[in-house]
Amino acid sequence: MAMITVDKVSKGFTLHNQGGVSLTVMRGASLSVAPGECVGLIGASGSGKSTLMRMIWGNYRTDGGSIRVGDVEVARAEPRRIIALRRGTLGYVSQFLRVVPRVPTLDVVAEPLRDLGMDAATARTRAAAMLTRLNIPERLWSLSPTTFSGGEQQRVNIARGFIHGWPALLLDEPTASLDAGNRAVVLELIREARDRGAAILGIFHDEDARAQVCDRVVDVTRFSAAA
Amino acid sequence: MSDYNFAYLDEQTKRMIRRALLKAVAVPGYQVPFASREMPMPYGWGTGGVQVTAACLTPEDTLKVIDQGADDTTNAVSIRKFFQRTAGVAVTERTSEASVIQTRHRIPETPLTEGQILVYQVPIPEPLRFLEPRETETRRMHALEEYGLMHVKLYEDIAKNGAIATSYAYPVKVEGRYVMDPSPIPKFDNPKLSGTPALQLFGAGREQRIYAIPPHTQVISLDFEDYPFEATKAPHPCDLCGDDGSYLDEVITDDAGGRMFVCSDTDHCESRRAAGHRGRMSPKENAA
Amino acid sequence: MSDTPLLTVEGITKTYGGRIGCAVVAFDLWPGEVMGIVGESGSGKSTLLGCLAGHLSPDAGRVVFDTRADGPRDVLAMSEPERRMLGRTDWAFVHQNPRDGLRMGVSAGGNVGERLMAVGARHYGQIRDQALDWLDRVEIAGDRIDDRPRQFSGGMQQRLQIARNLVNGPRLVFMDEPTGGLDVSVQARLLDLLRGLVRQMGLSAVIVTHDLAVVRLLADRLMVMKGGHVVEQGLTDQVLDDPQHAYTQLLVSSVLQV
Repeated sequence: MAMITVDKVSKGFTLHNQGGVSLTVMRGASLSVAPGECVGLIGASGSGKSTLMRMIWGNYRTDGGSIRVGDVEVARAEPRRIIALRRGTLGYVSQFLRVVPRVPTLDVVAEPLRDLGMDAATARTRAAAMLTRLNIPERLWSLSPTTFSGGEQQRVNIARGFIHGWPALLLDEPTASLDAGNRAVVLELIREARDRGAAILGIFHDEDARAQVCDRVVDVTRFSAAA
Repeated sequence: MSDYNFAYLDEQTKRMIRRALLKAVAVPGYQVPFASREMPMPYGWGTGGVQVTAACLTPEDTLKVIDQGADDTTNAVSIRKFFQRTAGVAVTERTSEASVIQTRHRIPETPLTEGQILVYQVPIPEPLRFLEPRETETRRMHALEEYGLMHVKLYEDIAKNGAIATSYAYPVKVEGRYVMDPSPIPKFDNPKLSGTPALQLFGAGREQRIYAIPPHTQVISLDFEDYPFEATKAPHPCDLCGDDGSYLDEVITDDAGGRMFVCSDTDHCESRRAAGHRGRMSPKENAA
Repeated sequence: MSDTPLLTVEGITKTYGGRIGCAVVAFDLWPGEVMGIVGESGSGKSTLLGCLAGHLSPDAGRVVFDTRADGPRDVLAMSEPERRMLGRTDWAFVHQNPRDGLRMGVSAGGNVGERLMAVGARHYGQIRDQALDWLDRVEIAGDRIDDRPRQFSGGMQQRLQIARNLVNGPRLVFMDEPTGGLDVSVQARLLDLLRGLVRQMGLSAVIVTHDLAVVRLLADRLMVMKGGHVVEQGLTDQVLDDPQHAYTQLLVSSVLQV
């Protein structure tokens, strides 16, 4: 039984403020990811990898077809179902860190655990361990990550994305802008997640990384409406 | 007797006031609007009390008028004369002999008895006024019994002064329902409001409100569990009659720090002295 | 997951003479959910909030609230005492201008304590302890408890207003531009605070704002209004990142990037 199932999904954008242009970007996209499996999305820039990822996350609307994560039909679920899904079932490491400016890094990382009802002290302890593992120096923990360098922000994002054992994970370029040491840590985190049974779908431009963690790849170019 | 109608007001006006009084008695503590008349004295001099007194007086009544407990101050003297001229009623300074007592800022020390009427002059009848200036809103708050705000005032008092520093016009709850301003009587007098056999009527002339506490009505002063209500007075006995249980006025006697404390209720003080009680500063007995 | 919405809004319509304030607005709000309402000035979002919170009486519609005692009830059909009681217990309203939501002549402690006293608290020490606890939670130093709101900065006044509203654990909070009129740095602090409180207390909230950054950080769901009508609604990040309606697209693309 697959954890993530994408079935004949289509997606278009209508740009009302640019003359009402309608663009269909995806048609008939289908794939599935089983628990304990890591699948890589490949395809040229603009082929729709991120779009598909965002649709699974519920961030983009799905025009046709079905997307299931666990027992939730993401394409048609009420907002509160998607929020619950994101809280307990589906994790996401995006390329961008979006946080309230003054919140300390430690709390940013602990937040998903707090949302699940964990007490502050335990959540912070776990967050501290994760930050240590990702080589974020302790003196930065009390600062807001908005002031950090790109690589540091990315690692904070990853720490947040791996702080809880979500059964399904979406990874958008998790190893981009990381040095070799941290890259190795992230790949290890991905392998650990896979080994505990998470279904992982990722975009890796880093071919070597892809080869190390992905069980198979799906080329989204064939779903592209232009093709 | 003068050319005025009995007790100055015309009969229709007295009728209107009596109807308001009956409603006030029927709903203890509730402020009943009434069509207050222009009186031949300025607002603030007891126009509300005078109208209530006028509506209550009968030719057989004996009237006593006090101002801050005294029978001989300007306000008391002029109102007493007013009713002597316009109603021709008997007047007295003795609390026990009076059937109607109009008062400003005090309740007599002598316990009131059944059949007596105590009429209060009220400047501002709305206890919630200084916290909620909108009359529409305060009326709604009374109607819905939303009195949390009254405790906010007491809270502020404690926060600022370490104790409830409100010492006069101390808010009360009447018969478990309406919160009421007892007029600016000292809080020392508050316990006397409750359970008295006399009828207590309140008139606010400028604000056009009448309210009442019928005989034997429970009146409770608002407070906090950990800051209970206390009826306080200056911790001295009266320097003239020696009473240490009556409410006192402080009188400055010279510019070298000399002062004395005397009963604010002049009738009470004189009665005691007549009965032979003496205080610290009583004149030396001559040739006794 | 609960199967009874905390608030069900059906067909709320309010007109001013011939003008539409808001037209047939409907939504469900679930326990613990924060909904943002955005739109430009005059879009009807404040009218809608006023109708929901009982400050305005709508021409048509129902506002059904899941009361503690009797389950779902139409608030608009309640008697005034019941509605006002709800306003002091399970509901709270945070105004844009703290002056409208605070008693400016009453100390910070008295402002926070009022809702407690309104429902019968009569122990000064306990009221004060709770007020201190709440001042701390909204990051106002305890030694300011006896100061009046006048002596506070705008951001502190707004935090005090929040403490005053949340002190007796309401379940539903209406907020009208809660961060409007504040410096951006103060806004961030307030947003963080609100987020934390909403999560800790499991609050549901309806937040009206024209600031898309505020809803992105605070709201789970978003409703976009224009000319009194709801033109789009859904998950907040979905509406903002993949807007469907022409007006929403315009709104999102009009935000200046820093």
